[in-house]
Amino acid sequence: MSVAIVGIGMHRFGRTPGMSGRQQAVVATRDALADAGVDWKDVQFAVGGSASGGFADTLVNELGLTGTAFINVSNGCATGASALMVAASMIEAEKADLCVAVGFDKHEPGAFNADPESVGLGAWYGSTGLMLTTQFFGMKIQRYLHDHDLPVSLLAKVSAKAFRNGALNPNAWRRTPLSEHDIAEAPMVSDPLTKYMFCSPGEGAVALVMASGKRAAAMQSNPVMLRSVVQRTRRYGSFEVFSPWLAPERADSPTVEAAGACFEDAGIGPADVDVAQIQDTEAGAEIMHMSETGFCAAGEQEELIMLGHTEIGGPLPINTDGGCIANGEPIGASGLRQIYENVVQLRGQAGARQVPGNPRVAFSHVYGAPGLSACTLLTR
Amino acid sequence: MRHPSPTVNQPAAGSRQQLPDDRFVDPDLLCEDDSGVTTLRGSRCNECGAITFPAQASCPRCAGTHMSAHPLPRRGTLWTFTIQRFRPKSPYDGPIEFEPYAVGYVNLADQVLVEARLSLRPDQVPLIGDEMELVFTPYTCTPDGVTVTTYAFRTVTDENDGQS
Repeated sequence: MSVAIVGIGMHRFGRTPGMSGRQQAVVATRDALADAGVDWKDVQFAVGGSASGGFADTLVNELGLTGTAFINVSNGCATGASALMVAASMIEAEKADLCVAVGFDKHEPGAFNADPESVGLGAWYGSTGLMLTTQFFGMKIQRYLHDHDLPVSLLAKVSAKAFRNGALNPNAWRRTPLSEHDIAEAPMVSDPLTKYMFCSPGEGAVALVMASGKRAAAMQSNPVMLRSVVQRTRRYGSFEVFSPWLAPERADSPTVEAAGACFEDAGIGPADVDVAQIQDTEAGAEIMHMSETGFCAAGEQEELIMLGHTEIGGPLPINTDGGCIANGEPIGASGLRQIYENVVQLRGQAGARQVPGNPRVAFSHVYGAPGLSACTLLTR
Repeated sequence: MRHPSPTVNQPAAGSRQQLPDDRFVDPDLLCEDDSGVTTLRGSRCNECGAITFPAQASCPRCAGTHMSAHPLPRRGTLWTFTIQRFRPKSPYDGPIEFEPYAVGYVNLADQVLVEARLSLRPDQVPLIGDEMELVFTPYTCTPDGVTVTTYAFRTVTDENDGQS
């Protein structure tokens, strides 16, 4: 794959009263174009998505009516990664050599309330109170801790890291460190997960400018290269959100397949990765996804976390910008936030949260409802 | 206890666990087993034997399109659980005055794992591996005063064993 990320832009995550999700997307896109040193009129293809912020293709009203092709994508929390994949495919197919991928959102406060019929379930599933992503995450980590003999105290450790890293990130929503004690003693939301172990639906926008390797070489001396991007949906037997039933036998999650194929396509192994952003919808998700993405065996997370391996400065820093827990989850923007952070880290521009030692390989992973995952590898 | 257990409507001990007269949330979820006892209505693939709940028209394992109605076992073991501690937004239509409720997956004889509310005794902490049985339990009341029931699972105890 010869695709580069030549520009990044972000509207800070959190709450921005008086500013729509679309307006935040315009800010992010203009930032990304400026970062790349190009104009909107130079863009040959654009792709974007948002769950509740409006249609991405309407951004042309503000960015300029240049006639460019613009595709809307929607894949839950994996929307941003899907946008990246579509843009990369267009470049690979030589249909365009300068593209924009954008993701944005603006959600109401409080847990998401999905419509059962939109995912093929009966109305009873919502009315009786089963259609909650929070319940799924509680039940998945409950079983995982049981199966792999992991202590529930690990959850607060993961959250505390997220808030610590978020405090170092000027674009993060949650910038106040919290102690493991305060996290563990906070009100329970879905046992064993407390309020501060979950990310919250929020607002924000991220845009990327992507170019063919050839065009990027003419623009920048050392661009960040996209080495692979892979998306997978679930198999029969995997344990997924919004499932009234599960098969009696367990299959690997879509994360396992997406990560495995992503590493294989790039010819890069998990041991080569210098920095990783992995979906931490809640603290347990980071723990489970560490293993599902191939960074350790199931059950080894306790030792790695206790030894500080996943901290900035550790051998495998994870969620260096504070992840979903500190940044919140604007669904459309979340996957591209990970890419933004990885580009910043590879460029060595992460300031107080910079991973030391000139990181060269960066991995990202998203997981979205109702059971799909996308992974990417960037190098510089 | 720091995070108290939820109190959930518990059918009176000794009540027969037939479908009550109240309105059931979705009658398509139910059928009678070979003994004429009401149970959950699943479907079974004629080709590969995969079992689903609710019943569906095609098989998610082999993509076959011939599925037969399949009454699910009424007993199983608790596979995982959580407790819903805040009142969900719409389309949830439970009581405005919210009481936490437990939710879990119950492994029904290795045929299928069904997601369900758990009907717990006050202060009962569920445990993975608990033996569970199907019950029907009120979960809300319509504005015109009709009680709506749904399916749930409760732990099998010496006290209620054999009464369902």
